[in-house]
Amino acid sequence: MSKNVSSDRFRKVDVDEYDENKFVDEEEGGENQQGPDEGEVDSLIRQGNVMGALQAVLKNPPMNTKNQALKDRAEGLVLKVLSSFKSGDIEKAVQSLDKNGVDLLMKYIYKGFEQPTENSSTVLLQWHEKALSAGGVGSIVRVLTARRTV
Amino acid sequence: MSYYNFLLEPISCHAWNKERTQIAICPNNHEVHIYKKEGGDKWSKIHELKEHNGQVTGIDWAPESNRIVTCGTDRNAYVWTLKGNVWRPTLVILRINRAARCVKWSPKENKFAVGSGSRLISICYFEQENDWWVCKHIKKPIRSTVLSLDWHPNNILLAAGSCDFKCRIFSAYIKEVEEKPSPTPWGSKMPFGELMFESSGTDGWVHSICFSGSGGRVAWVSHDSTVAVATGSKNTVISSLSSETLPLLAVTFITENSLVAAGHDCYPMLYVYDEGKGTITFGGKLDIPKQSTQRGMTARERFQNLDKKASSETEKATLDSVHKNSISQISILEGDKSKCNKFCTTGMDGGMTIWDVKTLESSMKDLKIV
Repeated sequence: MSKNVSSDRFRKVDVDEYDENKFVDEEEGGENQQGPDEGEVDSLIRQGNVMGALQAVLKNPPMNTKNQALKDRAEGLVLKVLSSFKSGDIEKAVQSLDKNGVDLLMKYIYKGFEQPTENSSTVLLQWHEKALSAGGVGSIVRVLTARRTV
Repeated sequence: MSYYNFLLEPISCHAWNKERTQIAICPNNHEVHIYKKEGGDKWSKIHELKEHNGQVTGIDWAPESNRIVTCGTDRNAYVWTLKGNVWRPTLVILRINRAARCVKWSPKENKFAVGSGSRLISICYFEQENDWWVCKHIKKPIRSTVLSLDWHPNNILLAAGSCDFKCRIFSAYIKEVEEKPSPTPWGSKMPFGELMFESSGTDGWVHSICFSGSGGRVAWVSHDSTVAVATGSKNTVISSLSSETLPLLAVTFITENSLVAAGHDCYPMLYVYDEGKGTITFGGKLDIPKQSTQRGMTARERFQNLDKKASSETEKATLDSVHKNSISQISILEGDKSKCNKFCTTGMDGGMTIWDVKTLESSMKDLKIV
């Protein structure tokens, strides 16, 4: 076939950016969101108060912010708390959360699945099973349809 | 509760006539078929309405004037009138450049609204002088496909649910065909296209929307598995419930406080709205499952289950519910939105079920319809 001698840079243009009807989500102020308090959570884990640590780490989720580092830090913290639970205690911990808490926990669990580390998947799967029985498939649907997520 | 299977394909949409003796359905193609109820449980096809060039996405049958309006993916709508024994179509130019998705006659049947993928709503009314259906557009601030529409009983306000995750109430006041409306809980100034209410707080496409019988409340279901109700007032409050089920696709009020919704879980469910507390609670699953015979498992089957699926329970491969696939539309058969006695569901399994509220109430304990 003939060789294309003229520029083909036009093929790499993202045409969606120039669509005047392109849907952009509304900006909601996310600058104040700090994510869960690292110090507080660490101290609670050290004290052995894992239930308290779970409540603390699910506070202030960095949902609206664009700061990826903040989100990664929050996810790492959540993972630390989830790993520090004994398998038998997971169910009780999930029961102690309210509906929004279970939804938020599901969001963190799926975020954790995206970047699996050595042991994280096992822990996350145990938590997933318990969170699923508490929140139902609806909580997973909300993870999939959320516009702003952790 | 009776189930009738019309076809093997999904029923895209349906509409009943005034006497509830005939049903118009779209069998997932370009046509509309009208079935008449014969004695017992039999239905026979009496008409085939063939005019659309694309799938028919919405049908509405006006009870008093006996006209059918249909809209389809061919960007057209037709108003059908019965002349003798034949349904004759009249084309309505909607001036849209994407598929039409839903259509609803207004309560007085002097206009109808069409929601489309062109991110606008077409309000169509008949102009006597030109003997022609004319349409006006409501565009702002809709930013995505309009999936569902419902009219307020005052014939002016229109609720629209769309894919930009919002439920909105617009004024569709056409001065050529009606008088100025009196104030409502949703507002008093209602020029054409005025946005009276816009929801916030739920993510997910709004699949279905419904005004209550009085028009003071609006309920919607969205794709993030939530049900929400808003009561119109100076400061409108939105109550929502995150459900544990798969997303719901259709919702209707059956009394001022009770909603029936159905969707991808293949069974209708009851939700109760408490205005005082501002909450919605799950009232119960409205399906009477067949009692399946439980056979005992042999030890070999038990071990196989444990090995393959890591579960030790008998798992059923078929659905318990009456519908075998998602329910896509609910319509009120007997009564109205403030007191419904019977409602009908159609779904992707090609089946239509008629549900009797009294029978459901008596057969399920703890089911209270307030």
